[in-house]
Amino acid sequence: MSGWQELDQFLRTDPQDVGCERAMEVLDIYVDAVIKDGAKETERRFPGVAAHLRACGPCGEDFAGLLAAVSGASS
Amino acid sequence: MSLAGGTTAGKVSSRGPLDEESREWLRCLAGTGRDSRSNAEREQALARLHDLLLRAARAELGRRSRPAGVEGRERDDLAHQAADDALLAITGKLDRFRGDSRFTTWAYKFVIFEVSAKLGRHYWRNPPPQAGDDAWERIPDRFGADPAQHAESRELAGALRRAVTEVLSDRQRRVFVAIIVDGIPLDALAIELGSTRNAIYKTMFDARRKIRAHLVAHGYLDDEEPRTS
Repeated sequence: MSGWQELDQFLRTDPQDVGCERAMEVLDIYVDAVIKDGAKETERRFPGVAAHLRACGPCGEDFAGLLAAVSGASS
Repeated sequence: MSLAGGTTAGKVSSRGPLDEESREWLRCLAGTGRDSRSNAEREQALARLHDLLLRAARAELGRRSRPAGVEGRERDDLAHQAADDALLAITGKLDRFRGDSRFTTWAYKFVIFEVSAKLGRHYWRNPPPQAGDDAWERIPDRFGADPAQHAESRELAGALRRAVTEVLSDRQRRVFVAIIVDGIPLDALAIELGSTRNAIYKTMFDARRKIRAHLVAHGYLDDEEPRTS
């Protein structure tokens, strides 16, 4: 492993990425959709949010935290 | 980056039909206070919601505590602060709940955001030592390079450093170096610069695009498929 592949993945940007503000606005809707319909279907319905959550570490953490909170509360 | 939202963010309705549980939360929390029964109901609902938020804050801080370095009494204090602030925000924004998600999911979102914000501020209370001059040499590790491949690692660090120096604006360079070279968390950097997560992310987004174009132009990366190691 030379690191080039990982660097390339990190540098690639997705034009569909909606940014933090919009992703956080709909994060509760996104999480409920993941629980109800599954991750794949939710990514298809919200491609810009999915692209953002893949690329943004802090928003990805918030997504994981909200999913854990909701899953934990309903289990 | 499609910051306008639009179809890529997914469609949300202006007001969805409320599920029974969400309707009950709203009814209790929006008690008019005109009689002692609705007052008592509202107080009970507030206490119940605070309990849910506190449990979620504790769990979230537990999930993030190792990288964030928050333990023990300090962690529990942060959990209480996050739950208190989230409850205040929720009760102040009840009229903005549109029913597109369950009420509890919407409410948990506030406490998760509070935990993020508090960890960002907490970083500066006890920041790790400043990265030294050799920070750029550790960049290949950041991208999973094999330490045994010295020549490839030096080439990667050198090419990236030249791109950062040559193609980024002062602002982009400052943000990129702080996050990638110095390892400062994005939320903590936003606080330090008096900015927002969204603005810092946008700066990084543009920086990534410019650096990649530079590395493609100089033959380090392929324009289409990721380079394999």
